[in-house]
Amino acid sequence: MLQILFDALSLGSLYALGALGIALIFGVMRLVNFAHGDVIAFCVFALLWPSTDAMAIVFAGQLPWYLLIPFVLLCGAGLSVLCEIVVFRRFRKANPATMMIASFALGFVIRYFLLMLFSSRPKSINLLPELSQPVEIFGARLPLLQLITIVATMLILLGLTVFLRRTRFGLEMRAAAENFSMARMLGVRANRVIMGAFALSGALAGAIALIFVAQTGTADIQMGAAIMLMAFIATVIGGLGSLAGAVLAGFLLGAASVIMQVMLPIDARPFRDAFVYGAVILVLLFRPQGLISARGTKERV
Amino acid sequence: MSLLALSDVTIRYSRLTAVRDVSFSMDEGEILFITGPNGAGKSSLLRAIAGVTPVAGGRIDLAGHEITGQAPENIARLGFSMVPEGRDVFGSLTTEENLLVGAGMHARDRGWRSRTADELEAVYATFPMLKERRHGQAGLLSGGQQQMLVIGRALMTNPRLIAIDEPSLGLAPNINDQVYERLMALRAQRQLTLLIVEQSSARAMMVGGRMILMRGGQIVLDGDARTLGNGEAIQAAYFGYEDH
Repeated sequence: MLQILFDALSLGSLYALGALGIALIFGVMRLVNFAHGDVIAFCVFALLWPSTDAMAIVFAGQLPWYLLIPFVLLCGAGLSVLCEIVVFRRFRKANPATMMIASFALGFVIRYFLLMLFSSRPKSINLLPELSQPVEIFGARLPLLQLITIVATMLILLGLTVFLRRTRFGLEMRAAAENFSMARMLGVRANRVIMGAFALSGALAGAIALIFVAQTGTADIQMGAAIMLMAFIATVIGGLGSLAGAVLAGFLLGAASVIMQVMLPIDARPFRDAFVYGAVILVLLFRPQGLISARGTKERV
Repeated sequence: MSLLALSDVTIRYSRLTAVRDVSFSMDEGEILFITGPNGAGKSSLLRAIAGVTPVAGGRIDLAGHEITGQAPENIARLGFSMVPEGRDVFGSLTTEENLLVGAGMHARDRGWRSRTADELEAVYATFPMLKERRHGQAGLLSGGQQQMLVIGRALMTNPRLIAIDEPSLGLAPNINDQVYERLMALRAQRQLTLLIVEQSSARAMMVGGRMILMRGGQIVLDGDARTLGNGEAIQAAYFGYEDH
């Protein structure tokens, strides 16, 4: 039972962090950033030395953890901010559909850049092997990594909440997410807020990359897209633009996946994802605005 | 030198011309009402000064700087503070957070923290009910309270000119009187320069000051509100000459 709870929480953590990265950017510029998954993949490959061999040559991944974590977070933030400056800044006045397509294109550019350097074969990396040891809690044997994933996610969520609630920059971001042009008329700098959102979102991508690699032990250029899909669904269920909603829905999706894995009859288990997506459709039928609707996107009278 | 000067400002929304060759200027300490029927281009004009609506022609100067085509955040830094139509409070933020957003742009200045605290107290002194609700969600305030909040928020930016778009919109007449009462008290206290857009010219005649009447994207009358109000010219201008 405890095992199921921890599985659900650690899978939900990944989805929640991913959804948060998408919701942050959507909040300030109404962009659904489909390149987010490829930023995650980029962070994973940033650990390796470029080679097309099947064996991964771990390079940055050999750093001690206290250097490794900031390095990967900075890679994500850096690439994300670069995407904003080079690509999304030109589309700021474009409509959301155009921006979304631009983000798809950008995602492919990043993916094929990785493909060129690393080939498409998944590589195995053994990152921080000491974390895969089990620990015993309340009589259940759990992988230490799962525990760390959950604790790290909680810390990230707590840190982000404090940042958004207690700092001036966080206040500006919340104001801009609700009414961008009003915030600008009060002197909030558009570029600063948007770049800040991209940097935060990119750092979250880095965190996901670390967790994902440590959990699965593989690096695959397709991996970003898989997480991205779930994260995107979580943002939609959560209510696009609502950060709390994105996190909540991320954990719910994680829980739904794990519970179905356990509860479904053996024969139906290979179709687990179909059941998860079915549940998503049901949620959206009953709450098309998402679980927590973002105030900023509400229609004004 | 005038604080705000517009010369031959034209605003177009694709093929529709909302404002055509409008010129006027305002001095420090002046109160100016822009009135006129729906669709006269009043709001477009304010939004163009604020930098959120692009101008198709002409030039706008504020406090000795050309601001045509500048970003709204830079125009705000020169001392233009906008209170838009529909008020636009940040509904998910608390009352106090709304006020603090306005103060943020001066954060690099020396002594900002203590000045912001003083300014906050000054706004609360003018609008005591904002203090009562300071930690409450701004979206839950009533229409009149929200109007006072956005005026307070504009004051927090330490402005040289406050522009208010239709403060009466959606407010009960007695609430509206209260809003104007506070506004005029503030003006006397701080020598505020006010640019107010209203559909009806009744308020301008009551308060006094200068009034510009717009119709079809152009200025049709410009003069002292009370003098204009007593003439027949205003009715002709409001409803259009061709109706006579």
